[in-house]
Amino acid sequence: MLGFKEIKNGLLVSLWFVFLTFPLMVVKVDPVERIVRWRWENSLYVAIGTFAVFLLVKIIIQRRSRNAAVDKEAEQKKESFIHRVLASPRQKFTLIALLLAVAIVFPLFSSSYQTNVMTTALMYVVLGLGLNIVVGMAGLLDLGYVAFYAVGAYSYALLNHHFDLGFWAVLPIGGGLAAIFGILLGFPVLRLRGDYLAIVTLGFGEIIRLVLENWSEFSKGPSGISNISRPGLFGIEFGLDGAIIYIYYLMIVFMIVTIFIVNRLQDSRLGRAWIALREDEIACQAMGIDKRKTKLVAFSLGAFWAGIIGVVFAAKTTFINPASFTFLESAIILAIVVLGGMGSIVGVIFGALILILLPEYLRALSEYRMLAFGAILVAMMVFRPQGLISNIRRTYHSDKKFPSPTQQ
Amino acid sequence: MMATPILQISGLTMDFGGIRALNRLDLEVHAGEIVALIGPNGAGKTTFFNCLTGIYTPTAGEILLTPPGSTKNVSLKGLKPNHVTEKGLARTFQNIRLFSQMTVLENVMIGRHCRTKAFILGAILRNAATRREERQIVEMSYAILDKVGLAHLANEFARNLPYGAQRRLEIARALATEPFLLLLDEPAAGMNPQETQELDRLIKEISTDGHSILLIEHDMKLVMSLSDRIFVMDYGKKIAQGKPSEIRSNPAVIKAYLGEDVDA
Amino acid sequence: MAACFRFFFRDPGMDYFIELFCSGLTRGAIYALIALGYTMVYGIIGLINFAHGEIYMIGAFTAFIVATVLSIYGFPLLAIVILAGFAAVIWSSAYGYTVEKIAYRPLRHAPRLSPLISAIGMSIFLQNYVLLAQTSNFLPFPELIPEFAFMEPIAHIVGSTDIVILITTAVIMLILTIVIKGTKVGKAMRATSQDRTMAMLVGINVNRIISATFIIGSALAAVGGLLIASHIGQINFYIGFLAGIKAFTAAVLGGIGSIPGAVLGGLVLGLTESFATGYVSSDYEDVFAFSLLVLILIFKPSGLLGKAETKKV
Repeated sequence: MLGFKEIKNGLLVSLWFVFLTFPLMVVKVDPVERIVRWRWENSLYVAIGTFAVFLLVKIIIQRRSRNAAVDKEAEQKKESFIHRVLASPRQKFTLIALLLAVAIVFPLFSSSYQTNVMTTALMYVVLGLGLNIVVGMAGLLDLGYVAFYAVGAYSYALLNHHFDLGFWAVLPIGGGLAAIFGILLGFPVLRLRGDYLAIVTLGFGEIIRLVLENWSEFSKGPSGISNISRPGLFGIEFGLDGAIIYIYYLMIVFMIVTIFIVNRLQDSRLGRAWIALREDEIACQAMGIDKRKTKLVAFSLGAFWAGIIGVVFAAKTTFINPASFTFLESAIILAIVVLGGMGSIVGVIFGALILILLPEYLRALSEYRMLAFGAILVAMMVFRPQGLISNIRRTYHSDKKFPSPTQQ
Repeated sequence: MMATPILQISGLTMDFGGIRALNRLDLEVHAGEIVALIGPNGAGKTTFFNCLTGIYTPTAGEILLTPPGSTKNVSLKGLKPNHVTEKGLARTFQNIRLFSQMTVLENVMIGRHCRTKAFILGAILRNAATRREERQIVEMSYAILDKVGLAHLANEFARNLPYGAQRRLEIARALATEPFLLLLDEPAAGMNPQETQELDRLIKEISTDGHSILLIEHDMKLVMSLSDRIFVMDYGKKIAQGKPSEIRSNPAVIKAYLGEDVDA
Repeated sequence: MAACFRFFFRDPGMDYFIELFCSGLTRGAIYALIALGYTMVYGIIGLINFAHGEIYMIGAFTAFIVATVLSIYGFPLLAIVILAGFAAVIWSSAYGYTVEKIAYRPLRHAPRLSPLISAIGMSIFLQNYVLLAQTSNFLPFPELIPEFAFMEPIAHIVGSTDIVILITTAVIMLILTIVIKGTKVGKAMRATSQDRTMAMLVGINVNRIISATFIIGSALAAVGGLLIASHIGQINFYIGFLAGIKAFTAAVLGGIGSIPGAVLGGLVLGLTESFATGYVSSDYEDVFAFSLLVLILIFKPSGLLGKAETKKV
């Protein structure tokens, strides 16, 4: 297993990190009171922590290289539990029915607070699925996704505020406006190379937020817009608790519709083109795929979902301001897609539930939430770029039989 | 008089900064022909393919494509690669560019993209027309895979195929776009003699099916066996053209290949 | 001579112009220092090192901590300046080196977007690491650069800090140019950025060169962090994000991968920002930078001094 060499290297690494973290973690100064606090205990924690992580990583790498030596086919057979369940239609339907039943009775047995948290998680599931079209399938790293979310939220807030338009009227408008923004932005930038595209979308997202913050006549600036109407149902208005449960069920429906649509898109002519585009743009064009159009569709479809959820967000919180639409929000949604598995619908659902619910229920962790998001992005790229639940390619079969040549 | 050539290239020139990669090339391909383009490494053969398929926009010259049986020609100059493919000209790549995360079958299905129509609504609603179209895509892709001998590997990942099979998959993917002219960029590169022989048979079959073929190849045995005519390039210029027997004895070609004039 | 300046530029409009010009140059010089790190890393491994802004922030924090501790213990100003600067450079470089080893080196052969996502993760991680280890509040940065007496007559136009920043930047640029043009490491860097495989074949230890690039880039960012912090007078954990984006804008503006380009881009961006906020509106200060970034990437991604890329097929 681990020899003397690894232990020695581990000690060296932990020594290095003790040095590295010394000024920031040990010294704490109060420049006003002019007091210096020396927190030496932190050095000890860093030393132990890095030593443990180092050994853990070594063990993972060792096991992985041993597994790689094992027959490849055996590895493919050893698919994850989730994949096995999904492969069998009966188990799949049982699982879906079970989850649906739990989801339906959930608000009956939990507090409004719990329901609200779950609604937030569901919103992130849909946001993740939307971004998954753009990043996971089409391979376009969109770091300004939150801008489209903001477009949806502000469409509802402003239209509700000025023209008293209701939730259901604005829902398609919010989605549509976000999609139009997506097309307007996508048109000039989608010919850019991947990493430049990422930065341009980031810049665009920040511009939208800064404009919302500074153009007070339009958006009421940093103080935001309050008293946004909650959604109604055929003229019925709900009280606070009722509205929370209503929005929860709405999100369940939205999520199911989204999963249905994204699933169908993925298995279509368009979905195949997106994935091919992610793999090799030049080969894709040589196969007759219109690069620009295909990317634009992915980009604006992703934006559409962000817009829809933006409207829901405004209706749920009844108050929005630009602070909800920072780059970090985009990064969280990206982390969901990356953790779950780019291009994998089941993966994104799991990713959202883990990343949103875990810090909510483990209060002690919530302080370390963003730290963990950052670490997850790095760790996933380094150790498991395909995500927790990787996407499996669909297989197609012909009506005719094509035996392998050796069997003939 | 001969029929109009399906591909007619005149004065094709390509400059990269100050370097002239292609120098006033003329070339034509007639319906049903197999034409080979040979020349030493760096002669500009792949650049020539890239100009033809819209990946580069040539500096000067004209590229005219006339579908067989038609008299109307279209200019390919300045078209985007996907439009070139739509016009009926498809290619393979010298350095294999398969979609490695997709299955073998899906790679071929991508080739059907430009001949099919289903879009967002079709994908979501999955109506009768879309289902029919999908069925046709799958069946036709299987048929093409069967032709190149890969049907039994249809649901494998493309990256798991052996090298020779990847080259054949590239051809299959190009065929799926229904080209009347197929451009093959070193299809036999890296193949063993047995694989090359199979490729020889495959290309002849494709030709009999009514596709015209223009190929770049270094394997002279394969070139001599397949080609109706051969063009020889060196330093971006055409230095010879003719039947295989003529090329074999052409002094300019021998000079370019054996490099008598190394300093030039 | 200063009096001479004063005599010529009586006109308040002109004074204002010169003030904006000087503050633009100062800003630009600091953007350039940080932009160099982006451009050098991009030149050598083709990665937008998103965490570079955080390295700069860590440099500023280290300088802040060391300077404050030393001043509490009553060290003389000169010693504080030297030791704080030294510590900032050492620790920033150490962070830069470590970040590359953990987050980028394992992804050397991964698809292009993987290291970028990893870099974004690293950036968020480091921000929150500093937030948790220190504080989320703005901290007052000690005044390390005194007001020089001889600057008195023009102090309302050009501050002493501006002069120090400009001179320091110029000296560092000079040293960097000498290192890159003259030394063995510099030559190996240029070779590696042109063709990594070839560099490896001729016996260059590519990993070492990449590490060296990160170390140099981080050291420059640390100097930038120290200078800007003493210029603005306060820091917090989030300053790296905006400074990083702006420095990246500068790098792209000049032509990413080009070292003179980073300097030119930094100066152009600094001046643009200064004049735009001075004559148009200060509300939209950051919007100008972001718009410039978006416009440059859309219309001239190769920048002012960069080479256009030809795609290889």
